[in-house]
Formats: sequence, C-alpha cells, structure tokens
Amino acid sequence: MDNKNNQWRQDFPILDQKVNDENLVYLDNAATTQKPQTVIDDLVNFYQNDNANVHRGVHTLAERSTEQFETAREKIQKFINAEHSDEIIYTKGTTDALNIIARSYGAENIVAGDEIVISYLEHHSNLIPWQQLAIQKHAVLKYIELDDDGFVDLADAKKKITDKTKIVSIAHVSNVLGVINPVKEIAQIAHSHGAVMVVDGAQSVPHMPVDVQDLDCDFLAFSGHKMLGPTGIGILYGKEKLLNAMPPVDFGGEMINFVHLYETSWNDLPWKFEAGTPNIAGAIVLGYAVDYLSKIGMQNIFDYENELVDYVLPKLLNIEGLTVYGPQDPAKHTSVISFNLDGLHPHDLATGLDMEGVAVRAGHHCAQPLMTYLGISATARASFYFYNTKEDADILVNSIVATKEFFKNGTV
Amino acid sequence: MALSKMDNLYRQVILDHSAHPHHHGELSDSTNEIELKNPTCGDVLQLDVKVENDTIKDIAFSGYGCTISQASASMMTDAVMNKDTKTAEDMIEAFSDMILGEKSDTDILEDAAVLKGVSQFPARIKCATLAWKALHKALNKD
Repeated sequence: MDNKNNQWRQDFPILDQKVNDENLVYLDNAATTQKPQTVIDDLVNFYQNDNANVHRGVHTLAERSTEQFETAREKIQKFINAEHSDEIIYTKGTTDALNIIARSYGAENIVAGDEIVISYLEHHSNLIPWQQLAIQKHAVLKYIELDDDGFVDLADAKKKITDKTKIVSIAHVSNVLGVINPVKEIAQIAHSHGAVMVVDGAQSVPHMPVDVQDLDCDFLAFSGHKMLGPTGIGILYGKEKLLNAMPPVDFGGEMINFVHLYETSWNDLPWKFEAGTPNIAGAIVLGYAVDYLSKIGMQNIFDYENELVDYVLPKLLNIEGLTVYGPQDPAKHTSVISFNLDGLHPHDLATGLDMEGVAVRAGHHCAQPLMTYLGISATARASFYFYNTKEDADILVNSIVATKEFFKNGTV
Repeated sequence: MALSKMDNLYRQVILDHSAHPHHHGELSDSTNEIELKNPTCGDVLQLDVKVENDTIKDIAFSGYGCTISQASASMMTDAVMNKDTKTAEDMIEAFSDMILGEKSDTDILEDAAVLKGVSQFPARIKCATLAWKALHKALNKD
C-alpha cells in the first residue's frame, strides 16, 4: 500500500513534511507515535472550553472536566477489557506504572529470600524497579532465558519460577526483538506458584487487541504517547482485589478520604493512587486516542502491520551484511525491527537514514542487559505503525543500501 | 540525493582515521586512565595517558564506537601528543566550542578541526566530544 492509498495517513499532518530536503518517513513509533489532527484538536478544545480541575469544584467547568476524565477511564477500561473502571489508574506512563507496582505491591509483599522473575529482554523500565526492589528487600532477581528466535523461553520460565517467586514481570512485546511473548502461559505458571503476573504492555497495547481478563494478568502497564495520545499519561491496570489491598505510594490531595492531624484514611480506588492534580487533559485526550484506535479496530491494526512486516522483513534480510535481530520469519515478528550493518555503527547508519528523511532510532533502546545478552552495544531500529506504508518500507530499504554504499566507497 | 550532505560530516580524513585509528590500544605505563561511556548508545572509550613533567608523553585509546567517535579519538590523540597539559586543556575547550558552533581557535586542533561539520549534526555531538571529555577527566583525575 502506498502513501496515497493509506486511508489513515492524511489524519497525521506531521507526516507530510520534508526532512533534510526529503519526504519524511517516520519509523520511530516504538519511541513515540504521531498524533492524529482530531486528537490534537481535542486537546486544544479541552483547554479552550472545558479546562478545570477534577473532583474538586462544584461549578460547571469542574463538572465537565471531571465527567470527561472519568469517561476516558471507562473507554480505557473497555479497550483492555478490564472488569471494573476503578482498576484503571492514571499514571505518568509505563515507567511510572511499573514503579508504583514495585513501590506498593512489592514493598508490601516481598521479604528477604523471595524471588522476582523477569527476562533478559526487558527494557530498563521493567528491569530497574525490580532490581532496586530486590536490592532493598534482599530478594533474588532471576532472569528467564530467551530462545533462538528471541522469545522469552517457556521451558526456562518453568524452571525459574518457583514457590519462592512472588512477582513475575515480562514485556508483552519486545521493543528490540519484535517478539510477542507468551505472557498468558507465563501468567499460568506464575499463578500456579502463587506469584502475581505483571505485563509490560508498552509495545503491545498500541498495536494489537489486549484483553487483561483473557491474559489473566494481575497488572498491566502502558503509555499513552505510544498509541496516539500525549506524553506524560499512562495506565496502570490492576485487579481490584490486589489494588484494594495495596498502600498508596504518593501522598497529597485527592487520594484521601479524611485527614486528621495525626492520621489519614485513604480514598477509594482508583483515586487512592492519583495524588495531586493529575494530567487531566492527557487522560481525556488518551480517551479520544482510544476512540480513534477502536474505530480502526485493533485486530485490523495488527493485521495491517503484519502485512507490512511480511513485505519489509524479507527485503531487509536480502541486504548483504545486514543482521536482523529476533525472528527471521515475518509471521513471528511484529513491526519493531532492529538491525545492524556489518562494520558500521548504528549511529552512522541512522545519520545516513536521517539524511534520506528516514527517522529510526539507534542505540541500546534502554535495554542494555539485552544488548549484552546479544553481544552487541547498540542497534538501529525501525518501528512501524498503521499510518506507515509499503512505500515507507521501500524508502527504508533503499536508504539502508545507499548508506552502505556511502561508507563502502568513502564519499558519494 | 540527500546523502551527499553526509560529506560535510564524513570527510575522507574522518573515514580514514576511523578505519585506521592512530594510538589505538592500551599503555602499560600510563599515569592517568579513564573509562567513559556514551549513555545514549552504550559505547565505551578507555583512555590511557602517560603524563611526565606536565607533558603528555604517550596516549592510547580502546573500546568501541561509531565512525565519528573513533575518528575523533584518533585525531585527539594525534593532536595532544607531546603537548603540555595546559595546551591540551586549551585544545579540549577549543574543540568543545567548535562542535557547539561557537567561536573557536580551530588552528590549534590540527586534523581534528575537520570535525567542525559535526556542529551541523546536533545528534552526533556526544559522539564527537566523548574522547575529549575523557582526556579532560583523565588529566584532572586525582
């Protein structure tokens, strides 16, 4: 599908620009996605017409703002098929959500000698909170191995998760290897040992249908800005029973029931975890982003991106000297594709692509232990979204070849 | 073709230095050493310096990095060899100013002056300055 035939692309005016005198090809969607004009308009509209603080005022604007804020929560609840809307906690993003689980559930439930199990492919957001919790509590942090394709290995998960395990936390989709991990099966293993299952959905929720009841995960974390929404807003989903038993981690306005001079009682879910004035516009606009995605349909997005991967992966594998990390079979690979050119640092490759208008990420992708595991220091990464096209894919492939030639022959 | 703009960044002398870096390796008799990482990409630079009578008598670098960081390290080691530490510090400052696009005495930088083009590629400034930052830290290490 070329740019003209992609029905969604025109909703994203930012894509229609020149970068370094070339048409922009935005392939850094795993870092953050672009925003459709309607969502940008929704943000402006909120500030122009309805802006007020939530849950505090009795005036009309406060009522409007609060209503939209809570309506967005219900949209997000339906989007991931949570049982109750009070299981949806607004956070700053995935990192914040995972930190809340570690600082609240972790602090309450982990004691010395307990085990926390993660995997080698976790990005720093789903690694450092657990590493620090393990250090503080003298718990044991264990890493599940990856199989040859880069998937979190189920056989090793069965070995690593034991009766001592209290928390298992795994990325649903890797932000480097592009694999979809068997989190549903891992959740079953975790539960059979009495552990809770945390799913890092930063790279899955924006790209495929995610159903928390089907996965039977206890917690799910994801970010708004990777799914058409603003930065600084994200979601912590947790099972009501667990969230009810967890202590709040931030204290201040709005998270209280009644404050006495020397003690305080906590507000109900979800506000118990939402101290202070939240990112109101961010939450409301995330709700509109969810509307936009739902209108397309998450299965359609997933299918369309698979079609792009089917198209581009064989072309990338065909470039001599190019290594693609993760599965080589398009059927197993999502639209996050990391690669390196022999003898060329990914920064040099990314600069070459940038000169051709192609935006990719180069670096360790906040997954340094995974880089060490793979025996590399960094990769280049192209990550597609539903507004990308086969034409974008062709430009990527041609630009990689041109950059390779540039460095082989000295200068152009 | 937009790749032609890369000529401003990847001048032939830069590609040569990167492909065949000067003073690459380690020193057995160094007086000042430092390991510096570029947090954006995870690249590592190990710098060994032998200072005697306030003069850089020998210098070597190892580690891994991109074309720009390797070329910059190679050029830096050439430029500061046998210079007194005060001159080396002046060069570090001149290099930093040059890369940030500020007014700078680039004459004292020798080959390294060719990295001036990096100032047009803000994303690559950290790559170019890594070796020079390492030298500054190594010389000021107690």
